[in-house]
Amino acid sequence: MANIARNLLILAAAILSGAVFTAPAAAQNEQFIPILSYRTGPYAVNGAPYANGVADYYNLINERDGGINGVKLLVEECETSYATDKGVECYERLKSKGPTGAAFVNPLSTGITFALTEKTTADKIPIITMGYGRADSKNGAVFPYNFPFLGTYWSAADIAIQHVAKELGGFDKLKGKKISLLYHDSPYGKEPIPMLQVLAKKYGFEFTPIPVTHPGVEQKSQWLAIRQNRPDYVLVWGWGVMNSTAIKEAASVAYPRDKMIGVWWSGAEPDVTPAGDQATGYKSLMLQHGAGRFPVHADIEKYVYAKGKGSTEPGKVGEVLYNRGIVNAMLGVEAIRKAQEKFGQKPLTGEQVRWGLENLNLSDARLQELGFAGMLKPIRISCADHEGARDGRVQQWDGKGWKVISDWYTADEALIDPLVNEVSTKYAADKKLQPRDCTKES
Amino acid sequence: MLYRETSQFKTTYAEDMAIFPIRQDRIALGVLLGIAFIGLPLLATFHIWPFGGDYLLWAILLPFLILALAAIGTNILVGYCGQISLGSGAFMAIGAYSAYKLATGVHIPLAWLGFAISIPPLPILASILLGGLAAAGVGILFGIPSLRIKGLYLAVATLAAQFFFDWVFLRVPWFTNYAPSGSVNAPELNFFGVVVQTPIERYLLCLTFVTVTAILAKNLVRGNLGRQWMAIRDMDIAAELIGIRPLYAKLTAFAVSSFIVGVAGALWAFVYLGSWEPLAFSLDRSLDLLFMVIIGGLGSIMGSFVGAAFILIVPIMLNLIPTELGVPLSTETITHLQLIIFGSLICYLLIKEPRGFARLISIGKEKLRLWPFPY
Repeated sequence: MANIARNLLILAAAILSGAVFTAPAAAQNEQFIPILSYRTGPYAVNGAPYANGVADYYNLINERDGGINGVKLLVEECETSYATDKGVECYERLKSKGPTGAAFVNPLSTGITFALTEKTTADKIPIITMGYGRADSKNGAVFPYNFPFLGTYWSAADIAIQHVAKELGGFDKLKGKKISLLYHDSPYGKEPIPMLQVLAKKYGFEFTPIPVTHPGVEQKSQWLAIRQNRPDYVLVWGWGVMNSTAIKEAASVAYPRDKMIGVWWSGAEPDVTPAGDQATGYKSLMLQHGAGRFPVHADIEKYVYAKGKGSTEPGKVGEVLYNRGIVNAMLGVEAIRKAQEKFGQKPLTGEQVRWGLENLNLSDARLQELGFAGMLKPIRISCADHEGARDGRVQQWDGKGWKVISDWYTADEALIDPLVNEVSTKYAADKKLQPRDCTKES
Repeated sequence: MLYRETSQFKTTYAEDMAIFPIRQDRIALGVLLGIAFIGLPLLATFHIWPFGGDYLLWAILLPFLILALAAIGTNILVGYCGQISLGSGAFMAIGAYSAYKLATGVHIPLAWLGFAISIPPLPILASILLGGLAAAGVGILFGIPSLRIKGLYLAVATLAAQFFFDWVFLRVPWFTNYAPSGSVNAPELNFFGVVVQTPIERYLLCLTFVTVTAILAKNLVRGNLGRQWMAIRDMDIAAELIGIRPLYAKLTAFAVSSFIVGVAGALWAFVYLGSWEPLAFSLDRSLDLLFMVIIGGLGSIMGSFVGAAFILIVPIMLNLIPTELGVPLSTETITHLQLIIFGSLICYLLIKEPRGFARLISIGKEKLRLWPFPY
């Protein structure tokens, strides 16, 4: 009896202690921003540096500028482990915190983006998916709350093929070549397939998609197939441990690493360092920026790390995914600043921030002021174009660091837009949505 | 004290055999249903604590109800009929994708025969129920091996179902209506003209499904069929000798279980997720359901609810506590702590009470009935 009573007591304590989950203590002049991150699970090696970058940049805004025009940023992190159901739970947990609720959300997972797209639209909270997410959400008329900044996977696919063509010596040389796509078997990995099929038809290369099951540590049969088929190029659409495994497996079947081109999520330090020397020569796309330090990093050192408030080791500031984190955070912060011009210098709702995102216009001069010159090209968002910019370069791992090996490529809108319109129109029809008229948006 | 049963006389066989023979139980159940159907929605409508936002409804109650439904289904197969199944996630997926196909219209071109099978989009309720039926059909199919193989070997056979359907829904684009990303969107939830949209409406919808299913399941396991299942579970050879047909008993258990799990899968996809990919119904989901019924109590409908609550809610609570108390821990540490504490909690519970929460609760109830001299 005593045992059972004790059991029940412990259990009751465990359950009751959960009942404290209200009690929001928020000052009034604060803008709440949730961070959905993953520092555990199979994708933690890539999720952690990104989350550190995001957290450090928000910290920088608070420490250096005292917030955005005096409105402090209130940030809370929630661990998703890259799992869709946990991501949805985190979003629900954080969406109405702070005086005005979440300003926007960056899920850093295409699966979570798909699951949240409808919810965020209903809750009027923008969802920023920089370099990932649904490619069709470029069409802001159908997806008013989705912002796939700087490039979608369809843009990435086009840029990758442009680079292959350049290495081969022209688009006409693509004819008859074999290009395989080694992809993470999830919405993330499947996104580029329709675009690559369009490109394969246009240029006459033979396209083979090769799926890798989540989380991607088992790739023996895939690389056996590659060894037999001997494609001219292998595009890698991997994430986390899948990338380094792919490089190691490529080495074991002696597939040349310089014929592998990773997407911008397969081109960071944690993707190549575990493979050691085998990774030398591996190439990947860049989502505009790469690794390296810029003026903004000096500020982060000075205002965040010097005060002991940094979220990682100072040596890791400037890594590829860390930089992606700060770019992501910067675009969100600038959108809030833009929205404040219209709605006043106070905490804003998600709907107001959405206006700021849609009217975001960062010129070269502004990027220079922000300390991002050299990392990014100017970006301009509009109702019809929620992507803003579709430029990329290619970098190569030389065993110690990433070297930029190409000029800028710009994805071909004439190729991508018909597909965007087709898929987004179908989505609108399925969901019985009335697309906005972008000519009437201010 | 609580259970003073004086003056509760039972004069007929029907009264003796009633689903809740004790008056206090009936009252408690009535109160519970009243709170669930009327109290909670009222609190949520007026945003009274703890319903500050939608969080409690969306992120806790909705998944809890749907997973409890799936756990009831799993419990019928594993707990009542003793057939260990690792394929519950697959049956959820079958329910979800069949309902999706039926709700968006089925078109199967049979070119070599010169015609096509076309079914127009069905109403959502019909789609969900037929999704359950489809899962039941597949459940029967995968139940056939259970006539020859038992125990752990059967678990491995159902594991095959899990992997097979993971593969099917990932690779056969027909099931996802050729969606480029393989992720599909639920159709509009229109029930006879009423569009279910807000969290409260979704909650009530799931609650209705769960209540009806739980009552039906409870009656089923008390009846002829349920006794056959339990006889098979306790000793299949003895059951056969006293005239129970294993073929019938086992396959009905597979069918009923898969039906309920399939309906839960359709609700999970349509009502909770809204947009999903096969990963939502992976092996992890199957294992979660199995843990729910083991921890909640094998062979108990109520245990399914408690088990679902434990597996779903305790990790979330463990995760919330440090943040809410303002303990400065990184999310990483909190997540690791959560895993450690939750894991040890499961070990502790199973050592102390291997028959799960249902057993704890029934012991507690017996003691209360004998109060003040329990033994």
